[in-house]
Amino acid sequence: MSDIDMDKTNKTIDTVKRGLARRYAAERRFRLFGLIAIVISLSFLVLLFGTVISKGYSAFQQTFVQLEVTFDRAMIDRDNPANSDFGGLVKAAMGREFPEVSGRKDKRKLNGLVSTGAVYQLQDMVSTDPGLIGTTNLVWVPADDDVDMLMKGHAKRTGAESDRRLDDQQLAWIGKWEQEGKIRKQFNRAFFTSGDSREPELAGIWGAFVGTILTLALTLALSFPIGISASIYLEEFAPRNRFVDLVEVNINNLAAVPSIVFGLLGLAVFINFFHLPRSSPLVGGLVLTLMTLPTIIIASRASLQSVPPSIREAALGIGASKMQMVNHHVLPLALPGMLTGTIIGMARALGETAPLLMIGMVAFIVDIPDSFVTPATALPVQIFLWADSPERAFVERTSAAILVLLAFLVVMNSLAVILRNRFERRW
Amino acid sequence: MRPVKKYGSEHRGTVGVITSENPRMTCRNVNVYYGDKHAILDVSIDIGRNEVIAMIGPSGCGKSTFLRCLNRMNDTIDSCRVTGEIFLDDQNIYDKKIDVVPLRAQVGMVFQKPNPFPKSIYDNVAYGPKIHGLVQNKVEQDEVVETSLKKAGLWEEVKDRLAHPGTGLSGGQQQRLCIARTIAVNPEVILMDEPCSALDPIATAKIEELIDELRAHYTIAIVTHSMQQAARVSQRTAYFHLGDLIEVGETKQIFTNPSHRLTEDYITGRFG
Repeated sequence: MSDIDMDKTNKTIDTVKRGLARRYAAERRFRLFGLIAIVISLSFLVLLFGTVISKGYSAFQQTFVQLEVTFDRAMIDRDNPANSDFGGLVKAAMGREFPEVSGRKDKRKLNGLVSTGAVYQLQDMVSTDPGLIGTTNLVWVPADDDVDMLMKGHAKRTGAESDRRLDDQQLAWIGKWEQEGKIRKQFNRAFFTSGDSREPELAGIWGAFVGTILTLALTLALSFPIGISASIYLEEFAPRNRFVDLVEVNINNLAAVPSIVFGLLGLAVFINFFHLPRSSPLVGGLVLTLMTLPTIIIASRASLQSVPPSIREAALGIGASKMQMVNHHVLPLALPGMLTGTIIGMARALGETAPLLMIGMVAFIVDIPDSFVTPATALPVQIFLWADSPERAFVERTSAAILVLLAFLVVMNSLAVILRNRFERRW
Repeated sequence: MRPVKKYGSEHRGTVGVITSENPRMTCRNVNVYYGDKHAILDVSIDIGRNEVIAMIGPSGCGKSTFLRCLNRMNDTIDSCRVTGEIFLDDQNIYDKKIDVVPLRAQVGMVFQKPNPFPKSIYDNVAYGPKIHGLVQNKVEQDEVVETSLKKAGLWEEVKDRLAHPGTGLSGGQQQRLCIARTIAVNPEVILMDEPCSALDPIATAKIEELIDELRAHYTIAIVTHSMQQAARVSQRTAYFHLGDLIEVGETKQIFTNPSHRLTEDYITGRFG
């Protein structure tokens, strides 16, 4: 090689080397930024979960008080227990516990320590086992939410009496229970088995949970087949013309429409025009279907587009009809992506509150919904309702409900991942 | 028809003998448009029974486009429009009444890149006969799979792993699997669109050998970039240039004594 060539090569290497430090620095910078972004988002996630869990875990326990209840024959109507004076039984038991309490005002304060749910509890016990009538039993009944908050340390025991929910006398009574071991915290079954209530100690998530399941089941049953059919038609069969372009543009636009607008649409169309039952999972499911469809269609189309055209050609090349090509070859390959899109849509629907407010699923509903047409509410709406309530005990229930919602979401997503992995194939 | 010698390079009409004594497919005045682009200009050519016809030409000359007209694979491209007549035996395949599904069973196709289905080797071959209802039961199906794989020269290599995915085979094996898949529906014509362009020389040699054997039963039209391959496997050769069919003739004559200057320039390596 001549000198000139050597010189030239050296120069090239020098130039490359000079730039090298800058190039590596850029790479290190980018990695650092990525790391920072991940750390920040993780810490926010930890903060979110930390707050929710630390506030919500106590709702899974509930304070109960032990009462010695005499199921007095005179006070119970054997044939029709619902007509009996169970409130009287509770009051009598409380009276025996604290015989020194007299006077109307003091007695009311005393009886206020026990939840009004105690009455229903006793009623249920007698209904299921009429043999109890005439006996005396030790029964654990739920305490009032103020007592519950005190026991969980959320309410003050000291300070000015007027600043506290419980006065000194009530604290003394509770102190006596504590000494005798007649008050304790135990697992809060009611939270997972009952519907909403005005009394925090009786309020449960089950009603909203069932409402959510019914609504989402309907949403999935409608939006998955419709969304997938629509995307297959648009992607594989529809002619390319202005009308189809218009449809596509509109689907993309619909995906960005605020959900409250879908709620108003549902109110106007499903309730006011078709007269479907207000507050029902049926209407909720329909509205969420409308809202979820664009997401599913867009994701499904992307997933169909990602199937290599060579597979389509191979199928058509040996004389498969278009439908056979789609069903036998394209759909199995596109299905994992479609499932992902569907789960993203469903996760969004699960957390959706605004449209449900518009169609009346925000109503105060105590009963557990048992069909698609009975009034119901949904988990996010329940969270909204509880977050809006003034009682201190609803604060922890709000967080607990959020935990249940998150758990639901995690279960749903993992199910989708499992399904997707099962269907996933290599080509 | 006597071949006419040495046209000027500006003349782009077809020279040579476009007809075949025993034609299986007859193409007359075929024009293909992609939107406004005129991709194939007035091509007329016969494809003879049990012959291998090679289509050669520089990239973008339209040979693949023309090949895809023969089983109407161009239908899948929205902007594509085809005029003219293509007869398979006595049927104009561009007739409105013709259904493309049975047509593609009659005119099979092997693509440039091996494209087995992401299914088992067995299912790849059995798929065609299954959808067309060519087999009545499992025994018949097994038989078709075996004979097709044997004809494609793949049986010995895969007979112990028919349940394995077809995508797990080597490139050459995949391409032979695709050929077996095409043969399984017993087509009359097989179109091959650069079937060896993604394969190594050994796999290519196997495919070429196979093409020679298949000629006894099928009519084969093959598009290729390799002039050596065209010379080795084909009886007739058609040279395409920028959408024109420049010259058709006996392979030997085309490669030893081309009539058109463009053909001569191409095969002597002056361009392309």
